[in-house]
Amino acid sequence: MIQAIVFLPLIGAILAGLISIFGAHARNPSGDTVEHHDDAHGADAYASAAHDDHADDHGHDDHAIEPPAAGSRAAELITTGLLFVSAGLSWVVLVDVGFMHHDARIALFPWITSGDLQVAWSLRVDTLTAVMLVVVNTISSLVHLYSIGYMDEDPYRPRFFSYLSLFTFAMLMLVTSDNLVQLFFGWEGVGLMSYLLIGFWYLKPSANAAAIKAFIVNRVGDFGFALGIFAIFALIGSTDFETIFAGAPGLTGKTIDFFGWHADALTLTCLLLFMGAMGKSAQFLLHTWLPDAMEGPTPVSALIHAATMVTAGVFMVARLSPLFELAPDAQAFVMFIGATTAIFAATIGLVQNDIKRIVAYSTCSQLGYMFVAMGAGAYSVGMFHLFTHAFFKALLFLGSGSVIYAMHHEQDIRNMGGLWRKIPYTLTVMVIGTLALTGFPLTAGYFSKDAIIESAFVSHNPFALYGFLMTVIAAGLTSFYSWRLIFKTFFGEPHDQAHYEAAHEAPLWMLIPIGILAAGSILAGLPFKELFAGNSVDEFFRESVKMHPHIIEDMENIPMWIKYLPTLMMALGWYVSYVFYIRRPYLPVDLANSQPLLYKFLLNKWYFDELYDLIFVRPTKWLGRFLWKVGDGKIIDGFGPDGVSAWVLDVTRNVVKLQTGYLYHYAFAMLIGVAGLITWFMFGLGGQ
Amino acid sequence: MTIGLGHYLAVGAILFTLGILGIFLNRKNIIVILMSIELILLAVNINLVAFSTFLGDIVGQVFALLVLTVAAAETAIGLAVLVVYYRNRGSIAVEDVNLMKG
Repeated sequence: MIQAIVFLPLIGAILAGLISIFGAHARNPSGDTVEHHDDAHGADAYASAAHDDHADDHGHDDHAIEPPAAGSRAAELITTGLLFVSAGLSWVVLVDVGFMHHDARIALFPWITSGDLQVAWSLRVDTLTAVMLVVVNTISSLVHLYSIGYMDEDPYRPRFFSYLSLFTFAMLMLVTSDNLVQLFFGWEGVGLMSYLLIGFWYLKPSANAAAIKAFIVNRVGDFGFALGIFAIFALIGSTDFETIFAGAPGLTGKTIDFFGWHADALTLTCLLLFMGAMGKSAQFLLHTWLPDAMEGPTPVSALIHAATMVTAGVFMVARLSPLFELAPDAQAFVMFIGATTAIFAATIGLVQNDIKRIVAYSTCSQLGYMFVAMGAGAYSVGMFHLFTHAFFKALLFLGSGSVIYAMHHEQDIRNMGGLWRKIPYTLTVMVIGTLALTGFPLTAGYFSKDAIIESAFVSHNPFALYGFLMTVIAAGLTSFYSWRLIFKTFFGEPHDQAHYEAAHEAPLWMLIPIGILAAGSILAGLPFKELFAGNSVDEFFRESVKMHPHIIEDMENIPMWIKYLPTLMMALGWYVSYVFYIRRPYLPVDLANSQPLLYKFLLNKWYFDELYDLIFVRPTKWLGRFLWKVGDGKIIDGFGPDGVSAWVLDVTRNVVKLQTGYLYHYAFAMLIGVAGLITWFMFGLGGQ
Repeated sequence: MTIGLGHYLAVGAILFTLGILGIFLNRKNIIVILMSIELILLAVNINLVAFSTFLGDIVGQVFALLVLTVAAAETAIGLAVLVVYYRNRGSIAVEDVNLMKG
């Protein structure tokens, strides 16, 4: 059953990929000629990118004139059907593992055998994995279904669905891995698919740039992650989780030599591993790729950049919780980064105007929350938020996609307004998603987010107070910007009359998945609260995560005002947003005008892109240019091939000059030669 | 002062040197080069005859006669080549004979 869950998406991806390849062949029989209207697309994409700076989904339109690949429908149905089978089985596994305690470890086949390094392909299923299986497969299957509607104008659907399924497979490999190397395989697999899907509309330069950015920023994190794996192998001699967890307590107090610095082995290892998590989960300092990743199709944003891939970092920390529990310094760092990300991304979300970017920053912020819980040692609570967040964030993204679809690929919320008359169903589900995100009582987010804030309050982390304050403030900000999105999109007066008139509800393919997600956003909270953040945690998760001792009991015994604080913040955020965007719409403009510096600072995302451009991009470009022009051009070419050939030419040119053609010159040379020979014979050899 | 072997050899050496210098200092015409070669051969003949006399060996003088014959034949050929060259190129100035230039 586990094998079926993991490998069905792979089969779907391969089948859809084959359809895509044969389709490309039929479309382009000689294989290397480019049809002329392909070029026309490129020009269109360029033009639309140039004249419309916020039209992120325009590539979508430009393909409409091309006929869809043959077998698109088959590819859609195959991948979606297989995913739904996987999703159904995942729920069965969750019940089987979580409640029946049937943990499983299935060895598939050996992979690497090299000296001490033994790595096998194997599937490890405990509660932590089962939760992830449910999240990944449920969201993925719904996103597949949604994409059938959303991508219906795109001629390259088989490729799209193949990528989506392959992504799901990589994510499943990641969550079911039994050792760090297989985890890394899945980790890089999802990174690759993220790259391919962000750049799915590859005729758009901005999509390519965003894809490359996502890939490179993730490489920074992965570099740390790889070093962390090496460190673990160096310390313990194995990459299997069981061996690592068994050996970890013996490592406390050991030091490891790191560039001449005697660091505490566990702290350093955990920090390196967390660096990988920071990259994948878009945490503060390595977050810059996530907002740009919104260049990809909206279902991709929902699946990869909200619900699953970006939570891989959270999952990894939870999986390695026995290590992190032994390294309190690393935990302090985790909480610090998490809390900083939560507040930082929320402040940026306040002023963004692109509907998807607002949701993207909200994702970034919520991931920060999860890491706060991880830092507090309340791993199951972080997983709880991961679980609920997957539902409501996927819902918000797909709902945004529905809005974008209705507005004919308009993404700027300043051009929307009044849409509640046109797309009431989308409004309803978006409001449900927003309620869940902001933590409205009894929705999914209410339980998980409040549990995180409580866990931050009771934790013994040095940054506990910081984490608590930041998450509480961020809760208010989250409420503000989420309602701002709703108010500006659905209420007030329409700002773009043409788009408003043409707005229409999306097809049924898209409405069903968001309906299911809306139900999940409400129901994922209460029934699971006891399992993830209550007294059943130990029984539900058992050995799969190592919780900080007593943290769950401590969370039960906190002052009442702490419990009400997040809800209060939420209400406050809603009220301010209501006043700003419904009652007195001139207020935000006045505020922006009275605080131009702060507004610019937030609008430009704390100038992180500019800062990185200055610190990393430009010096790297300069270095590259220097190595190209001077290192390669002048030194290697100059002294190497070009230099030698120039030198040979130079020498021959001079030698040629000796060949004058004048008889007397040859005669003179002969004479000198004869004189020399005779002298040699007389006074040298011959003189003896 | 008796005239000894050394004097003959000195004359031979002077003639030889003149011949050599005549070949590569001459910029005017190829006939001078042919004449210089004759000079060199003469110098050799003088050496041969001088040594033949002083060593009492007649072979040297016979050899000198042989050299004279060969030199005559060679000069004839050389002049013939020269005439043909002049017909083809219109000049026998040494300056102009540089077809072998690289």
